Amino acid sequence: MGKLISGAEIVFKVLEHRKVEHIFGYPGGAVLPIYDELKNHKTIKHILARHEQGAGHAAEGYARSSGKPGVMLVTSGPGATNAVTALTDAYMDSVPIVCISGQVPTHLIGTDAFQECDTTGITRPCTKHNWLVKDVNDLASVMDQAFDVATSGRPGPVLVDIPKDIQFKKTNFFLKNKKYKKPNGELRSKISNSDIDKVIQMMKKSSKPVFYTGGGVINSGPEASKLLRELVSLTGFPITSTLQGLGAYPGDDPMFLGMLGMHGTYEANNAMHDCDLMINIGARFDDRITGKVDEFSPKSKKIHVDIDPSSIGKNIKVDLAIVSDIESFLKSLNKRFKDKNKDFLNSNKSNTSKWWKDIDKWRQKKSLGFKNSNQVIKPQHAVQRLYELSKHKDTYITTEVGQHQMWAAQHYKFNKPNRWMTSGGLGTMGYGLPAAVGVQVANPDKLVIDIAGEASVLMTMQEMSTAVQYNLPIKIFILNNQYMGMVRQWQELLHEKNYSESYTAALPDFVKLAEAYGCVGIQAKKPDELDEKIKEMIAINKPVIFDCVVDPNENCFPMIPSGKPHNQMLLGPEDDEEISSEGKVLV
Amino acid sequence: MKAPKSAYSAAIKTGKVEKHIMVIWVDNEAGVLARVVGLFSGRGYNIESLAVAEIDKKQKLSRITLVTSGSPEVISQIKKQLEKLVPVHKVADFMRNDPKIIFRDMALLKVISNEKKRSKAKKLCKKFDPVVLDKSNKSIVIQVTALRREIDKLVNDLKPLGLASVSRTGAVAMTRGAEIFK
Repeated sequence: MGKLISGAEIVFKVLEHRKVEHIFGYPGGAVLPIYDELKNHKTIKHILARHEQGAGHAAEGYARSSGKPGVMLVTSGPGATNAVTALTDAYMDSVPIVCISGQVPTHLIGTDAFQECDTTGITRPCTKHNWLVKDVNDLASVMDQAFDVATSGRPGPVLVDIPKDIQFKKTNFFLKNKKYKKPNGELRSKISNSDIDKVIQMMKKSSKPVFYTGGGVINSGPEASKLLRELVSLTGFPITSTLQGLGAYPGDDPMFLGMLGMHGTYEANNAMHDCDLMINIGARFDDRITGKVDEFSPKSKKIHVDIDPSSIGKNIKVDLAIVSDIESFLKSLNKRFKDKNKDFLNSNKSNTSKWWKDIDKWRQKKSLGFKNSNQVIKPQHAVQRLYELSKHKDTYITTEVGQHQMWAAQHYKFNKPNRWMTSGGLGTMGYGLPAAVGVQVANPDKLVIDIAGEASVLMTMQEMSTAVQYNLPIKIFILNNQYMGMVRQWQELLHEKNYSESYTAALPDFVKLAEAYGCVGIQAKKPDELDEKIKEMIAINKPVIFDCVVDPNENCFPMIPSGKPHNQMLLGPEDDEEISSEGKVLV
Repeated sequence: MKAPKSAYSAAIKTGKVEKHIMVIWVDNEAGVLARVVGLFSGRGYNIESLAVAEIDKKQKLSRITLVTSGSPEVISQIKKQLEKLVPVHKVADFMRNDPKIIFRDMALLKVISNEKKRSKAKKLCKKFDPVVLDKSNKSIVIQVTALRREIDKLVNDLKPLGLASVSRTGAVAMTRGAEIFK
């Protein structure tokens, strides 16, 4: 009989086996044996969050910026319930997270014990899979399998719930070469050449093509982004991206139409509406993208490439479905394309020249334009300046949720994958600050900025304390308009300007708040001081809260109003029948 | 009427609702049924009936037979979503009226009445392979196997004859002939 090891030790052995370097967590009664064991494993660094939701978003930021799974460790009961928002967020945005939760001892399960909750029951709908480990002999294989499930196929969160007695219990059983069932969703079939040829045939026939790419390209790894760029240069087709796909293709490239969707550009949305061939690569026809489903891109043939079979045909019927990892799809497509269609780019130019003229016409609208001011800072201007002043660095951007998020997506131009971390599917206010913590942990020498709103950032502000503790010089760039801006915008457009509860009175003094946390506070109120202060922020090697006081009345345009198809966008306040003329002035 | 303004798009017309039988092979482990049933409630799918039991002790495999209804798009989503669950091995999907498939429900029927009515009740059950499982001088318990709608009708017909208690299983299904679902 070999040496006996405890459940807690097994947890760390699997983490070591999986080369985990950082875990984000918060201790508590039911997880103490694991915390006790932490000291014996020097290669694993624990980052103490201030709230389990913060630990979860930090793990997400870590995962999305590094491509490695994020690991979080929480206690039973409230520890687990606090993690639920982050797990759901990761589930919606396909982020690989392994959450380890403590549970009350086995003999107390079901007795409403102190800090007991049905963790696997609560997290079942917001994880890819979860396990309650009732036998220490199962622990190693469950933990190991958890990593496989989280990272295979379409990535996502998993949870392993470990009762306290199991953490103490000893066994000599570690990982044996036990074969467990391959996780569902792991691809078993290869892409066929005939599918690839079909794609190429459809591309040849098209005179109005568009690539519509999403987070699947990012999730597939940096190589996929390279191949995507190659594909665009091989074909000369225009490309647009979802919110989650930004960075897979350079944002400042002339082939790029900008983001599409509810707050996407005029040219991207019109191209989606009028195209005759839509090639969806790793996006999921989300409702923020499609708008009115039955008027969505009515004249196009649609190709959908996705690693998740259930994403195909869920919202939009497609003509050609390919279940594949994006990198391997693009690899096969590009190779076949190069082998058989050497002169496509030149020979096809005339075929799509009319299409590019249409696109240029749409571009003339300059749909991201806004009226700048020299009196107040316009939020779009603030993002543009932030971009101009940080683009020379390899900058990582996270956001909260709301108007500032859309302005960041519109005006910050990304040219590398894994540089843009935002909560798209779940739309979690309070995501950006803890995510920035995780991003900075994974990328210690890089510039990490959370473009935030003052309402969102207050939801997880406590994580500034984490940033200070670990010397993580994150920059919290708050576009402070004193409103829940997107709520206010919807109330203006849909609820007759009844700004019910969307104004935050009694906001804190963010500069003093920063100082209270032990970081640096900066405030900018006038457009002419903005550049200097942004430069100052970037130069400081400490966490910074930047209070950028912006025009409280600005709305986020362009937008597709509710129930309208893509070609009926609102371009600005003067462009609209729904915003009545009375009450341009807000409360 | 003008549709209310909303941040979400309005519902659109869906395809014709069909009835389907899903047969799902799963690992017989704690919580597996909750995962399957939770998927249906969470995504707003229907469950008309459900039958589940272990079919292979050694491999710890259970077989779930589930009757559901939905538009063709919904049915295809149900199948794809089920196939993503970790303990699911395979999913078979049959149209309710597929001639290649056999379906059976089982029911236990307790009739409490006089002898004349009881024997009349037995007669009514004759078509459905009745087995008398219990008898007393006041009552009889009959087991029948039949299709759901046949049992529905039978239950109705037995009511005047003193039907006091009904216990039914959900449908179970199997392919005809030598073929098995891989």
